[in-house]
Amino acid sequence: MSEKTSILNLPEEELVHSGSRACSGCGLGIIYRIGLKALGKNTILVVPPSCLTVLQGLYPIASTKLPCLNVTFASTGAAATGVKAALNALNKKGITVAGWAGDGGTSDIGLQSLSGACERGEEFIYICYDNEAYMNTGVQRSGTTPQGAVTTTTPIKGKLQQKKDVPAIIAGHGINYVATCSAAYPLDLYDKIKKATTIPATKYIHAHTPCPSGWGFDPKYTVKIGRLAIETGLYVLYEIEYSKWRLTGPSEKLLNKKLRPVRDYFEAQTRFKSITSSLISQVQKQVDEKWAGFAS
Amino acid sequence: MHIIETGNVAAATGVKLARAQVVAAYPITPQTPLTEKLSEFVESGKMEAQYIPVESEHSALSVCIAAASTGARAFTATSSNGLLYMSEQVHWAAGARLPIVMCVANRAVGAPWNIWNDQQDSISQRDAGWIQMYASDHQHIIDKVIQAFYLAEKMKIPVMVCYDGYLLSHTYMPFEIPDEAMVDSFLPPFSPDYALDPGDPQNLNTVTLPDVRENIHGDLAPGYMEIRRSLHEDMRCAIVELGEIDKKYYEIFGRGGSPYVEAYKCDDASFIAVCLGSLSYHLRDVVDALRVEGIKMGVSGIQIYRPFPDQALVDVLKSAKGVIVLEKAISYGNQGALFADVKAALYPVKERPFVHNYILGLGGREIKTIDLYNALKDSCTASEAKVDTPRWIGLKL
Repeated sequence: MSEKTSILNLPEEELVHSGSRACSGCGLGIIYRIGLKALGKNTILVVPPSCLTVLQGLYPIASTKLPCLNVTFASTGAAATGVKAALNALNKKGITVAGWAGDGGTSDIGLQSLSGACERGEEFIYICYDNEAYMNTGVQRSGTTPQGAVTTTTPIKGKLQQKKDVPAIIAGHGINYVATCSAAYPLDLYDKIKKATTIPATKYIHAHTPCPSGWGFDPKYTVKIGRLAIETGLYVLYEIEYSKWRLTGPSEKLLNKKLRPVRDYFEAQTRFKSITSSLISQVQKQVDEKWAGFAS
Repeated sequence: MHIIETGNVAAATGVKLARAQVVAAYPITPQTPLTEKLSEFVESGKMEAQYIPVESEHSALSVCIAAASTGARAFTATSSNGLLYMSEQVHWAAGARLPIVMCVANRAVGAPWNIWNDQQDSISQRDAGWIQMYASDHQHIIDKVIQAFYLAEKMKIPVMVCYDGYLLSHTYMPFEIPDEAMVDSFLPPFSPDYALDPGDPQNLNTVTLPDVRENIHGDLAPGYMEIRRSLHEDMRCAIVELGEIDKKYYEIFGRGGSPYVEAYKCDDASFIAVCLGSLSYHLRDVVDALRVEGIKMGVSGIQIYRPFPDQALVDVLKSAKGVIVLEKAISYGNQGALFADVKAALYPVKERPFVHNYILGLGGREIKTIDLYNALKDSCTASEAKVDTPRWIGLKL
């Protein structure tokens, strides 16, 4: 990153009112508060059904200070397109449009409209907060639920399939900016969203978002769990700016260093109670190979 | 200016004259030429609008919903399965009270696949909260499209302008293109009461509780049920408003006068056929033929199906001995949807006419004039028979 924000120069103005309907320890709470600071006041949000719908409050009271259009589950990419198209038609310049959806609304039901928007190169930022299941409806598996995780629709054996790599799919559209970040590293997230506001056409931010109630850990450990995901190398923070891929922030620092074993991450969450030793070994091997690739 | 063109071009020209600012559409037969024409208008600079070639109908209406929420005049068009694919958004647009206009080039619904005309697609969306207008010819299409934007924006209710696929969408007919300056004098620019604006942030379409709830100032805000009731009440008001719009349109363009029901030879008619769309013009020949034989027949083409023009329809039908409802759609397991509506409208009439129901033309099955003639004649001569189940015209097996 060219400019790194610190806790000292993070904007003080809050764009979220105090008090929200999020669960205690919600990773989205961190991402939302910091993300809105990065997007700035001159922003229109587009939000499909998700935990964020709940966090933002029930009519006629809202916790956000930004204008927000609540839209149907599958339509975030198209709705963000429509907001920007109207702003263009009305010659209203300089307003940022941000789609903000969960992993189900992005990787599953919303993938088509997002893909269409990316292919057309629509002018907006799309932020996916990935808490790795349908948390708002009570922890059902999604396309981004990791292999081995128990959810209410993978209740005994855990999910059998791998996590869908959404940032890679979006990067396949050749858009100008794709970045991954984590609720555990809010300043890195801030800088990436901030950078996205300066880049034209479609931008995609994928934020790993620990969920205490869905993942099964004490709400006080949200940041700790988020960091473990990065420190074990399971989740990688990177950005693809105009097709140029590079490790960023906390992940960049891990290059050529010894990673913590993935077992530490799995053992810290009850959702992995059914995971087998062989799957842990398999995942460890995949992580090691991936990082060996980075080093070369 | 008079031209000879297709119904789809009539629709596209109406959209251009109405100065729609955001157009989003996905191609589907038989709507496709309308979409192509609009993209040509925009790309050639003849129309100043954002044209969004979306990846699906669901997204087409989504773009329009978001654009209208941001304060732009928005338009889309579709047919058949495309309309059904966007059905979630159809309901959403009405609930959000967005004045979107959508053309539906009516086509049969799969399965099995069928690209030809009937009206099952738009009739199936009857209860979504949209105003539905039905055109009988190309002049209707272009005039109704322009009026639809006015009506939608006045009532804050989206409007479908429906016209028969192929029979109108692809046939060439003469029609007059309204003068651009006159359309501008009829239809002012869209100016919504509220729109997405960082200067005045609002959280639109948020979760709304079953009960009313206080806002931060202590004032009671409506619950879901109050919001839905107001949509219904405003739909009823739209009937009155359409009458006013029709008068205004007539003053400027010299066309109009029958915004609810277009009645042909109904004044002295003993029997009146009732239908939606181009069929009402087809039936005029049958009416004339039956009158030669001394059967006082008339035909009423319903111009607006939702809100239902019950009073206007009763005024036309109440003195008749018999009413024959012909439909290109059916409410499976019951009867034609229009048939049920016509009967309900006639119920308060003391000496009400009998009402018969015919289903015809599904999936583009040819509607032969002779078949219409025989069916109507049969209904007129067997008027005492209590037939409360639909009969079918044109079945071969």
